[in-house]
Amino acid sequence: MSRVRVLVGTRKGAFILESDGKRESWDIKGPFFAGWEIYHMKASPADPDRIYASQSTGWYGQLTQRSNDGGKTWEAVGNKFEYDGVPGTHQWYDGTPHPWEFKRVWHVEPSLDDPDTVYAGVEDAALFRTTDGGKSWEEISGLRKHGTGSRWAPGAGGMGLHTIILDPSDPKRMYIAISSAGAFRTDDGGESWKPINSGLISGFLPDPKAEVGHCVHHVAMHRQRPGVLFMQKHWDVMRSDDAGDNWHEISGNLPSDFGFPIDIHAHEPETVYVVPIKSDGEHFPPEGKLRVYRSRTGGNEWEPLEKGLPQSNCYVNVLRDAMSVDSLDDCGIYFGTTGGQVYASRNAGDSWEPIVRDLPAVLSIETQTLS
Amino acid sequence: MIHVVLPAHLRNVARIPADIALEIEGPVTQRSIIDALEAAYPPLRGTLRDYATQQRRPFIRFFAGMEDLSHESPDTPLPDAVASGREPFVVVGAVAGG
Repeated sequence: MSRVRVLVGTRKGAFILESDGKRESWDIKGPFFAGWEIYHMKASPADPDRIYASQSTGWYGQLTQRSNDGGKTWEAVGNKFEYDGVPGTHQWYDGTPHPWEFKRVWHVEPSLDDPDTVYAGVEDAALFRTTDGGKSWEEISGLRKHGTGSRWAPGAGGMGLHTIILDPSDPKRMYIAISSAGAFRTDDGGESWKPINSGLISGFLPDPKAEVGHCVHHVAMHRQRPGVLFMQKHWDVMRSDDAGDNWHEISGNLPSDFGFPIDIHAHEPETVYVVPIKSDGEHFPPEGKLRVYRSRTGGNEWEPLEKGLPQSNCYVNVLRDAMSVDSLDDCGIYFGTTGGQVYASRNAGDSWEPIVRDLPAVLSIETQTLS
Repeated sequence: MIHVVLPAHLRNVARIPADIALEIEGPVTQRSIIDALEAAYPPLRGTLRDYATQQRRPFIRFFAGMEDLSHESPDTPLPDAVASGREPFVVVGAVAGG
């Protein structure tokens, strides 16, 4: 029978939640790395027991951890993230040049076919890669040096490269997104990059349609349809049907088009999930009601999913990497909150139950479907 | 042998006890101790001092006896009590945050 493993990164450690394919009873292990911020954990598609974790604190900096046995044991691997050459400058909050400074790893993205190859998105924004299982990391500097880097600026949460999407149909194509620079694509394995922000409109920019400077919160792609992308931006939910070359808004009837995560049903490429948040000044759900919204039409028409979720006095947030789906039938949807709850739906969002309620603030959720 | 005491978080990372002994060749300084620590326990690399700048991380302090040596040069010889192993070189993580 299939099993599901949910990897949970929190403000104060990592947790691993496991269930059989019924997804009714969960075994909760952790905390691993107690007291450390685990921004993200993700397993290799090529070896499901190989898991990578980003571990950091403001005290002791960045570590990366690797497990070869599904999270039972861990070893600290390489943590030297050195920018290629002279790092140069990006824009600071006041518009002045500011040197690139490594702060932490926001996201780890294992290769689709090699357990030893992993991409890491870091703050200040850059993309790194290891090909030796995390022992050493090298910057893919074509991104930072392609020409717009000096115009990138941090958002309030820092200038993090938080989204890495590998195209399963084309090993040389990759998408990344940065707060608050925008989305970028390479078609040659990382040598050259271009901004893919045409159609994004950001009212806070002097030029709302600028080439870069957009605060992209998250991007999702369905494996069976790699040219179609869905984006949750600071404000606006967006869609591209041409690999990011052009975007159009699909916010439709959402109660708020501000939010952080966005994800796609494992078997229905037109079924999309977001969690509307009231505003950038109030990082909690509208009306104190925690609702996931689902579109079965690829956007614009959205339905609230609230059964089993708190519908009064709920003021948590759901962060950008804190939603994931399994690939069982019915598709399971999982998300974690800043209040420490991890909610799961066994029926594509029709109803929800908490797997666990009182973890530290959840930073990330990744799901594995194991045979 | 000199003795080093690390904060709990770093002991867990390196899987070491509270008080560890290190053999230091040459002058006993902050730099030589950290070099020896990192060589003996590679997971500690980059945790006490920033990789790029080689500066002490801001929320870390170095003590010998009751004295805070954090702002001393990393190459200043440490007190005899530490160099002789009578007292430990103590790494303290700042009491801050939640």
